Amino acid sequence: MDMNQYLDMFIEESKEHLQSINSNLLLLENDPTNIGIVNEIFRSAHTLKGMAATMGFEDMASLTHEAENVLDLIRNNKLQINSDIMDVIFQSVDLMEGMVYNIIEGGDGSADVSALVGRLRAIVSGDLTPAPSKPAAGSAAADAIAQADEQAETTEEAGREHELDEYSLTVMRQSQESGHNLFWIKVSLREDCILKAARAYMVFDALENAGEVIKSTPTVEEIENERFDLSFEVVFVTEKSQEEIHKAVSNVSEVDQVLIENVNLKSEQAQAPEVKPQAAAPKAPVAEAKAPAAADAVKKPSASKTIRVDIERLDVLMNLFSELVIDRGRLEQLAREIGKSELQETVEHMSRISGDLQNIILTMRMVPVEQVFNRFPRMVRDTAKELNKKVNLEIQGAETELDRTVIDEIGDPLVHLLRNSMDHGLESPDVRRRSGKSEEGMIQLKAYHSGNHVFIEVTDDGAGINKDKVLKKAIERGIVNPATADNMTDKQIFELLFASGLSTAEKISDLSGRGVGLDVVKTKIESLGGSVAVDSSQGKGTTFLIQLPLTLSIISAMLVQVENEKFAVPLSSIIETAVFRQDEIMLAHRQKVIDFRGRVVPLVSLKEIFGIPDNGVQKGDDVAVVIVRKGEKMAGLVVDSFIGQQEIVLKSLGKYLVNVFAISGATILGDGQVALIIDCNALIK
Amino acid sequence: MLDQNKEIVGEVKVIVFRLGEEEYGVEVNQVKSIEKLEHITRVPRTPRFVKGVINLRGVVTPIIDLRSRFNLTEATHTETTRVIIVAVGELEVGLIVDSANDVIDIPVNAIEPPPEVVGGVEAAYLRGVAKLEKRLLILLNLDKVLNTDEIKQLDSFEV
Repeated sequence: MDMNQYLDMFIEESKEHLQSINSNLLLLENDPTNIGIVNEIFRSAHTLKGMAATMGFEDMASLTHEAENVLDLIRNNKLQINSDIMDVIFQSVDLMEGMVYNIIEGGDGSADVSALVGRLRAIVSGDLTPAPSKPAAGSAAADAIAQADEQAETTEEAGREHELDEYSLTVMRQSQESGHNLFWIKVSLREDCILKAARAYMVFDALENAGEVIKSTPTVEEIENERFDLSFEVVFVTEKSQEEIHKAVSNVSEVDQVLIENVNLKSEQAQAPEVKPQAAAPKAPVAEAKAPAAADAVKKPSASKTIRVDIERLDVLMNLFSELVIDRGRLEQLAREIGKSELQETVEHMSRISGDLQNIILTMRMVPVEQVFNRFPRMVRDTAKELNKKVNLEIQGAETELDRTVIDEIGDPLVHLLRNSMDHGLESPDVRRRSGKSEEGMIQLKAYHSGNHVFIEVTDDGAGINKDKVLKKAIERGIVNPATADNMTDKQIFELLFASGLSTAEKISDLSGRGVGLDVVKTKIESLGGSVAVDSSQGKGTTFLIQLPLTLSIISAMLVQVENEKFAVPLSSIIETAVFRQDEIMLAHRQKVIDFRGRVVPLVSLKEIFGIPDNGVQKGDDVAVVIVRKGEKMAGLVVDSFIGQQEIVLKSLGKYLVNVFAISGATILGDGQVALIIDCNALIK
Repeated sequence: MLDQNKEIVGEVKVIVFRLGEEEYGVEVNQVKSIEKLEHITRVPRTPRFVKGVINLRGVVTPIIDLRSRFNLTEATHTETTRVIIVAVGELEVGLIVDSANDVIDIPVNAIEPPPEVVGGVEAAYLRGVAKLEKRLLILLNLDKVLNTDEIKQLDSFEV
């Protein structure tokens, strides 16, 4: 069977399960007696094992299998969790992660698992006397999966006319061996039945209560969508008898006929024991694993209402929609010019709908930052151990959503900031004790929405930034001129942390302090159209604040005109637009400035900066100014007139024109002309 | 027979355009389309020969003036002025030319290496000169013409 088409799904799901195991293990570490958590972990491990075996990743399957045995003892209260056991399990999960990444990179996912398998087995056998018992119900099915691969070649005898894959066959075979009944059931609905899908659902529901549906023809999805005639067939594993099942199904109204037959597999029972010892030995102590284990192994009729969509398709959709936005702008303009009310109404209606559509498409691409945040607790735990520090990571706002493209890029900078906080921010436990703080350091990771932006804060309650040390280092490295050093504000000094080639860690640790660091974070975040700032107070802690745009493809902008040229200024950097009289403009150090709400704001003439040719039109006494900001700093862009606010589609200038000063891209206006987008950050010094 | 002939001779199909009195050619497989000159949006602080960008069916495409690129005197744009959209590797750029009017096949053996300067254009930008019966066709080396390193250098000089 060609597995390639399932590989992507396998990788995605494995990552999810590993993530869930990881976070649950962390919970368990704090609450070792909570069997509920163990059950969660067990389920994830179990599914993982099933998937790995089906896909033929044997090392991974055998490792998960051993881990599962340990977990099974724990959840049955036969084994007490201690930190040694936790460590071994954590290591196993790490190794599994490594395998998954190997698979992503095109490897075969093989790794040397013998050491960990040995230790896991030692845990199982060391603390308990293995009592030979008959193979238990659920774990039998589970083992079946582990063996699916070995038996794969020998499966041609599908039951009835069903096309069963190796996986289902093995599950069936194992269930039968362990004394379960295996039925082939044909359910026919009455001809006058109206809600066929609903009835079918009820039948499935009844069956699920009694056992496991292994295979259905047509598929569950097809049945749910009512794409079947009057009858459907299922292969079913249960502990119940034929009569009980018959009764349960017949009880569903509008069911015409229920046909149940025993399924007999001419299986390689003789062969099975051959492959078994490896799997069977550690299984021995497993006494009473129940059906739930098997429940995960077989896909339930899809209860979830989500589907997986290739991100590329969403990108294509987004691009197509961008084209539409441009045409929308054009239509709006035409309708205004023509001034016919029917046309205007229709265009307005279309605009509203496309506005809604835009929101939907944008939100479709949004994913919770949780995806990124999830891996941090584990990383913080490990790093803290390495550094011999006690760290409590508090995560807030993990449900905050961001564009997928941003999410993909934001992970590394955040890892960097967190490590930085742990390494340089938080003090060691005895230093903390001496300065009257609790031994355990606190790192807060907080995400929230505000306007068109998402903010992410990394706060620690450590020693804060040592200004003198930063300044001294900056002067040493020639980043700051000693003469100007005295006049620098705290903020300016903190900003130095982002300068390249500055690392204040006194000794270079494994984690950070190699001179490449915060400058990389800054570059990365700015490349995403965001910004990063830092604030700190000596002895109390440090906060890094990252500001990110919600999306990277469609933005709101203010269109302005200077002479004959039009420009777009992103709304995100505009504070306000204002009109001043010529005589309100003052000079300070030969720089034109205005008084804007009590602040002196320098004026930047777009005409001068961009060398825009004069169109000969006489200017009035009024000066139109767009007040923009970059962090705390402000500037006033002098323009001729404001055209209005508009949604614009970001386009790049192409590969030929790179690094154009103060231009971040271009957009196509309603009249088909190109307008350049001004990069305000470059204009504010 | 025909094929054999082709093999012996070998031909390249080129688009012929004019800059002043000279005729130039670019290989047809590097040309994406030929457009009439419409509104160009100027891009500030770029080299003199970069005239700006246009909206080419939804794609923002940079436009350079070939006369200016070759340090020839710039001409006013007329009815015959055309923009030849060429694609080299990942670059897509429009070239402003005086007119574009022909597609011809030229035999490979008619192409000679360029002399030092042809019609005021440096040899580095040329692939060769094709001598046909009555015309002289200058073939461009687009890789060189569209070299962005030069832009970056110029950029640092001019700004």
